[in-house]
Amino acid sequence: MLHIINKSPSDRNSVEAALRLATKGSVVLLIEDAVYAATRGNTAAAKIQAAMADLKIYALKPDLETRGLADRVMDGVSLVDYAGFVDLVAEQPNCQSWL
Amino acid sequence: MSDDMDMEDGGTIKKFMFVNRKAPYGTIYALEALEVVLISAAFEQDVSMAFVDDGVYQLMKGINSEGTELKNFSKTYRALDGYDIEKLYVEQESLEARGLTEDDLLVDVTVMSAAELAATMAEQDVVISH
Repeated sequence: MLHIINKSPSDRNSVEAALRLATKGSVVLLIEDAVYAATRGNTAAAKIQAAMADLKIYALKPDLETRGLADRVMDGVSLVDYAGFVDLVAEQPNCQSWL
Repeated sequence: MSDDMDMEDGGTIKKFMFVNRKAPYGTIYALEALEVVLISAAFEQDVSMAFVDDGVYQLMKGINSEGTELKNFSKTYRALDGYDIEKLYVEQESLEARGLTEDDLLVDVTVMSAAELAATMAEQDVVISH
């Protein structure tokens, strides 16, 4: 399953909930304000780091750049552009958008 | 109250603080707050802006919104100075919780502890939250 999250981890608990309820081998895509979760030292950094053992974490590069975060991404988080976003949706059997 | 609002007679100058707690771009709050702050400048009041929680992300350097095609309004924060809005307060605790320092911000700000900001907030006549 692809889990798509768009809320800041320091504003809502969507990132935390998605990480808690995602099964091993699932894919997480951070977009819009959820890209803050992919940055070094953010409030959810430890949770993201721990989740990487079981989940593949992606972040949408244009949303990182728009927020001035291009050079602050944690090691282990993969970046995708809009075409990569579409590929992730197409590759996965199902997806869930966390609001 | 009506005397306070009577600017033409050189009415009372009030202390206004605009409190920003939302990240930019994901919602419209940050941009709307800037619009209101710029309007307030026309009334020659004692205006300050506070950046707390995700609001500190509004001041990030290095924003490039070409990819998302969103309006990059970060330059507006640099222009505030020209409208005599020079009191930009950033909460230290909010920066630290996000792995940020003053060097990551695109304008000169006054970094305050929560206690200092609380005291400054408490002495305002009007506080407007975005």
